[in-house]
Amino acid sequence: MPSFVITEKCDGCKGQDKTACMYICPNDLMVLDKDRMKAYNQEPAMCWECYNCVKICPQQAMDVRGYADFCPVGASVVPLRGSEDIMWTVKFRDGGVKRFKFPIRSNEEGSAPPDGGFGFGPGTLDDQLLATEPASLRADKLWTLGD
Amino acid sequence: MQEFATKEITTDVLIIGGGMAATGSAVEAAYWGKQNGQKVTVVDKAAFDRSGAVAMGLSAINQYTGENSPIDYLSYVQQDLMGLCRQDLVMDIARHVSGSVHMFEGFGLPIWKDAEGNYVHEGRWQLMINGESYKLILAEAAKNAIATLGDDGEIIERVFVTELLMDKNDKNRVAGAVGIDIREPYDFYVFKCKVAIVACGGAVHVFRPRSTGEGLGRAWYPPWQSGSTSALMQKAGAEMTSQEVIFIPARFKDGYGPVGAWFLLFKAAATTASGVNYMEEGFKEGGELHNWLPYGAVKPIPTCLRNHLMMKAIYEKGDGPILMQTADAIERIASEAPDEKAKKKKMKELEAEAWEDFLDMTISQAILWASKNVYPEKQPSEIAPSEPYFIGSHSGASGAWCSGPEDLQNDASKSEYFWGYNRMSTVTGMFSAGDGVGLSSHKFSSGSFTEGRIAAKAAIKFCVENADMPEVDMDKVSYIKEKTYAPMKLYEDNKGYSVVDEKKGYTYSEEINPNYIDPKMFMFRIQKIMDEYAAGWGSQYTCSAITLNIALDLLKYCREDLDKVAARDIHELMRYWENVHRLLTAEAHVRHKLFREETRWPGYYYRADFPKLEEDAWGKVFVNSKWDDETGEWEMIKRDNIDIIKLGEVVGQ
Ligand SMILES: Cc1cc2nc3c(=O)[nH]c(=O)nc-3n(C[C@H](O)[C@H](O)[C@H](O)COP(=O)(O)OP(=O)(O)OC[C@H]3O[C@@H](n4cnc5c(N)ncnc54)[C@H](O)[C@@H]3O)c2cc1C
Ligand code: SF4
Ligand code: SF4
Repeated sequence: MPSFVITEKCDGCKGQDKTACMYICPNDLMVLDKDRMKAYNQEPAMCWECYNCVKICPQQAMDVRGYADFCPVGASVVPLRGSEDIMWTVKFRDGGVKRFKFPIRSNEEGSAPPDGGFGFGPGTLDDQLLATEPASLRADKLWTLGD
Repeated sequence: MQEFATKEITTDVLIIGGGMAATGSAVEAAYWGKQNGQKVTVVDKAAFDRSGAVAMGLSAINQYTGENSPIDYLSYVQQDLMGLCRQDLVMDIARHVSGSVHMFEGFGLPIWKDAEGNYVHEGRWQLMINGESYKLILAEAAKNAIATLGDDGEIIERVFVTELLMDKNDKNRVAGAVGIDIREPYDFYVFKCKVAIVACGGAVHVFRPRSTGEGLGRAWYPPWQSGSTSALMQKAGAEMTSQEVIFIPARFKDGYGPVGAWFLLFKAAATTASGVNYMEEGFKEGGELHNWLPYGAVKPIPTCLRNHLMMKAIYEKGDGPILMQTADAIERIASEAPDEKAKKKKMKELEAEAWEDFLDMTISQAILWASKNVYPEKQPSEIAPSEPYFIGSHSGASGAWCSGPEDLQNDASKSEYFWGYNRMSTVTGMFSAGDGVGLSSHKFSSGSFTEGRIAAKAAIKFCVENADMPEVDMDKVSYIKEKTYAPMKLYEDNKGYSVVDEKKGYTYSEEINPNYIDPKMFMFRIQKIMDEYAAGWGSQYTCSAITLNIALDLLKYCREDLDKVAARDIHELMRYWENVHRLLTAEAHVRHKLFREETRWPGYYYRADFPKLEEDAWGKVFVNSKWDDETGEWEMIKRDNIDIIKLGEVVGQ
């Protein structure tokens, strides 16, 4: 069905003006029912199952049920995303379970330096060098015709 | 109807979109903007952290040239596109792209390394990554870059750009854009700028996808991209190119899981149902690929031709489905281990690699495998050709006709391919990158970011050299504003018609109203036309002048019916505008297909009335088009494919 909200776990992000799932969904699918303080997917058939809402929900109140029109029922794929890695639990219809853990980044959240750590180079608006070149190329110069 | 306040933003560089290309533009524009006192504004329809095609993550960086020459990369791209690409643009990206990838690593993206500390390649040009947070990390670098501009840098999220504004005194000069805020307070945004970089990605749901029920959204390409790049630019009067060159990925069936790691990293074979290795068969002396010379007889086999062989096996020979022989590949790699213990370890490693490939970028495929009890080490899995997508950064080529770099031209190309500012379209001040630039395919995530950087530097140069602000006609903006919200007014004026009385038998749902249709049905209408008359999967990717002309007639009704589409709320209003963009993308595509009288990309589409490659007539020309927004007239143009470099051997994958 794509993504769905586990209603007993959802606290509507405590009534903040934007909920996490609503904030992140690239397709503007998640909305908050303000009367019940529960979120819901307003257009399940437009969901890509990108899991961004699932990964970001602070209450782990979101999950995904495979598309009914081609997925036999009963399997699940559940992520737990930390600040350095992500843990996946894959449950098969036949009861089999697999767990995987993968890194997601190599530095601290928020610290990505705009120059990638290369500093800014000698380029001017009139040449072909981009801001961090040639250092970021790990070469002395930029390639051109004839090289 | 609700009133919407107008919010005006004046800037120098307006970056429209927030994906791979836009993040590259933001990083680069921040640097040059700061040096030259220029303001930079980014506007994205979604949240910058997770927007665009990479919102879910990716498991590979598909363009990294490393030690290879840009000419080697060009040889691969030109071969893959059956001879048609802009050499200057492709080489330009290839020479910068590795620097971008090195920056990604510096931003914090984990790239796989071997025991010696070298990048692990998936294929010759591809690197394996732990890419769950790929987009987020790049967006973070872009945010940090924009922050260095202080008050001169701004990122605006959740504003959907509906159209561009042109200079009051020069019809061919961009002056800004308008958009709808899809979050409270739902303002109407008016941007005024010196330059715009249009980078809103490609398009999906123009053609009918294979799954039309709950899985409608699970196309290969994410459902949130609707052809805004090409529609915005075409409507602004830009010359567009190669709108006929869509991309049809062959992926694991239904879930659209990636096959790159299986083919390139694990060296798995795909076979027909009866076990024929159809690619090797086609390649052999006298095989089908020899009907598509010179491109068919050289490896790597072009993407469209690989599809073609698959389609022949399924549709002509009835020897489908096509199977990826995953179990054989895993067994082969594991059997190379020296002993049982090492073999077990290797199997475990391969298993994690195979599942990560899905979990990083196509989680649905993992659900599908789990729900069908598919264990890849035990059984093969079905792969299938998808519906057509517009994604010029991948193995398609659609996009704007843009200026290239000055130094990568010869005498002949300089007058044709260079007009002052790198990646500027034929509209003054309007730039593009990523999916928006035509004929510089195979740039993928890293190359799109790189092209965004290239465009941004040139855009700042433009601002410095053309310091005057263009003038926006505010009367016209008022008119545009009214038109922008018209679908909501249509709904408000007519909603009373719906009667809910189940007992009397004339119950109407809100959607069934004689005075309007809803945006989703409008989308289905476009999809049905395109699928059945413009070579979608439902017509086995085949069309002719007759069917294409029917498509044009039917699309004309769609255009006329635009003022019969209603929107109940802002979310639906965005859906309306997405479909306006899809419609223009669809029309351009059909015109291009009709104009090119040959079958150049079998496996992407077939012209039944011109079933062969016509190398003499069409092998050296690009099909371009211009649309006049005022008259609705189309102009079709042929442009020369100029060899800047004489290519020798094709350097493989
Ligand atoms: C399924 C899939 C798998 C892929 N796998 C790989 C891979 O393994 N490796 C690789 O290197 N590349 C891969 N690619 C290619 C890569 O994702 C693209 O080349 C790249 O994202 C293109 O960048 P872009 O900026 O042009 O578009 P996108 O990155 O798609 O960004 C488009 C942006 O525009 C915004 N937008 C859209 N419309 C509007 C509007 N009207 N107003 C405002 N904003 C708007 C969107 O929110 C988004 O921010 C894959 C692509 C897909 C679809
Ligand atoms: S993010 Fe989670 S808790 Fe917050 S509104 Fe959404 S589902 Fe509820
Ligand atoms: S899975 Fe993705 S597309 Fe679906 S609701 Fe969640 S964030 Fe949106």
